[in-house]
Amino acid sequence: MSILINKQTKVICQGITGEAGSFHTRACKEYGTKIVGGVTPGKGGTFFEEIPIFDTVKEAVEKTEAQASMIFVPAAYAADAILEAEDAGIKVIICITEGIPVLDMVRVREKLAQKKEKVWLIGPNCPGIMVPEECKIGIMPGYIHKRYSNQKQLGQVGIVSRSGTLTYEAVWQLSQLGIGQSTVVGIGGDPVLGSSFIDMIELFDKDPETEVVLLIGEIGGLAEEDAARFFKEKMSKPLIAFIAGKTAPAGKRMGHAGAIIEGKSGGTAQEKSLFLKSMGVHVASSPAEIGVTVQKVLFSRNNR
Amino acid sequence: MKLEEFEAKKILESFQIPIPPYGGVVTGANEVSSALKRCGPAPWILKAQVQTGGRGKAGGIKKAKTLSEAKEIVSNLLGKKLITAQTGTDGILVKKVLIEKGVAIQKELYLSLTLDRKQGKMILIASSCGGMEIEEIAQTSPGKIEKMEVSVPSGIETYQARELLLKLGLYDSNSKLVQERIKFIKKCVKTALSIDASLLEINPLALTENHQLIALDAKIVIDDNALFRHPEFKTMESSLGQSSAERQAKKAGISYISLKGNIGCMVNGAGLAMATMDIIKQHGGEPANFLDVGGGASVQQVTTAFKIILSDKNVKAILVNIFGGIMKCDVIAQGIVTAVEEIKLTIPIVVRLEGTRAEEGRKILAQSGLNITSTRSFKESAEKVVELATGTIAVTPSPSLV
Repeated sequence: MSILINKQTKVICQGITGEAGSFHTRACKEYGTKIVGGVTPGKGGTFFEEIPIFDTVKEAVEKTEAQASMIFVPAAYAADAILEAEDAGIKVIICITEGIPVLDMVRVREKLAQKKEKVWLIGPNCPGIMVPEECKIGIMPGYIHKRYSNQKQLGQVGIVSRSGTLTYEAVWQLSQLGIGQSTVVGIGGDPVLGSSFIDMIELFDKDPETEVVLLIGEIGGLAEEDAARFFKEKMSKPLIAFIAGKTAPAGKRMGHAGAIIEGKSGGTAQEKSLFLKSMGVHVASSPAEIGVTVQKVLFSRNNR
Repeated sequence: MKLEEFEAKKILESFQIPIPPYGGVVTGANEVSSALKRCGPAPWILKAQVQTGGRGKAGGIKKAKTLSEAKEIVSNLLGKKLITAQTGTDGILVKKVLIEKGVAIQKELYLSLTLDRKQGKMILIASSCGGMEIEEIAQTSPGKIEKMEVSVPSGIETYQARELLLKLGLYDSNSKLVQERIKFIKKCVKTALSIDASLLEINPLALTENHQLIALDAKIVIDDNALFRHPEFKTMESSLGQSSAERQAKKAGISYISLKGNIGCMVNGAGLAMATMDIIKQHGGEPANFLDVGGGASVQQVTTAFKIILSDKNVKAILVNIFGGIMKCDVIAQGIVTAVEEIKLTIPIVVRLEGTRAEEGRKILAQSGLNITSTRSFKESAEKVVELATGTIAVTPSPSLV
């Protein structure tokens, strides 16, 4: 099992004819993702390497029964693309685009909240979702992932992260240790996101194949603290975490729009790490030890 | 983009939000006289234009009653390093002084529009306590903070503004004044939404002796992601408030932040870049910068990144940490070799390549004959670069740093 998507998920790409859109659609298809179509207004009726292109998401959904959409539309138009996907009935919207204005995302969230049926928006400014050996929707390198652990009884790790390459680093450490991943979700580096850490760890907690959950956070905001509180109150599986940015100065945006220590209201990596520990989360002290920290928790769980 | 006070006030004025009569921004004592004339009769307020809180307490805000007094204050402020509770001991250099007319006030309040990250909403925060920071109000009188959700893009309704006035003690028996104050609040909301502000703070918001609301101070932060649809801010001087290295980086699509250490960092991805700084520190070193070279990491990008790192003369060694995903490590290795040769890099460099075609990448580095140490694990890379920068063996990370 996995969360949000699996090998049956039918996927379209909005912005399929752009440079990034075409490159990554191809890579996802090669990985085994069921790419059923693409959307570029004005290019409907044509094909991208045998993938049919439609003018609108609505038409793409009617013709292909797509359930998920991967968005590579430029920042100025990305919010509109999300709303179009939602309106067309797409259930899992993954927005890779970086640089979307915050107020656009506020507006998108307001609209999504009015929906009766749950629509999952992942991102923006994220690497996407990966179910190893089944379905890749996003820009992560496929081969570093591993589905099943070498020792079957260890089970798999569910990963949720605000970062891209740091997630690859963590996945790589785990795969090297022979530890598989059930699903890897990058929720994005922006201040206003479609889905939170809590949304994802709640899904992982219910997923029978996920044994433990790894959260990769960073400075800025209080999302990690909220997740830790949720963990303590409601979650049954162990939570492991790493928080990046212990050396980050206050008031500076560290690459990600959301990675900034603001005011006196917290948001530093030290405060986050300490709080997470106080809630019973296993916190990796060094980015080089994310893998072994997960390994330790898995072993201790199996030796109960 | 964080604006200077005078820039923020100009924006407020353009949205018809009252500010104190504006004299101008001066950079020399010779400009004072004409600025005072524009303000009208004394008293005048002279405010150092530096982006930090606690200016008043640090002597950055002064009152003058005569021209010679004003000139003297301006001369003293310009070129001075203002040390406030927020700047640290280095202080911050005063290059400009804002001159405006002193306004007689009866009450100081607080008003801001800001992003609530958790809710993913814009909120309006107001308090009948003003003049101190909102965090301070939250601690001393938490019951006196009002919060209200703002709808995007429609803003707030009139009844909501009226409710707020009641809570702030600003409701008046004079209905004309009430209408004015409702308009004031609605204008602030409209301004914040129109200019894509992630923060618009008016603190203090003052009630003058003439019963008018006026923005005595203003702080505005514009969402960088929205700058593409605001050409009007292109000319704002604050956008130049960065070092030349930071500007050069921005142009090249590189995120760069200069720090105080001596180990330069070049990393792809912001999260990994922060983690790289962290691990250097854990092993006893000090990072000289944050640098996210971006997903592409082309030869040109890598060359520019090296040049930016080297513009900091403190840098004694460089750690390159690249996780090759879509970008293949052999291509990146070739880029590094070309860049190192082109700029004739002499200081030691440690390169860790991991991911797609990492083995081939390491081979290229090894065969280059350059002063490059190729490492494999994250930890080993940090240890090695700390050793090269400090000439000592890296310390084992102490748990207290965690």
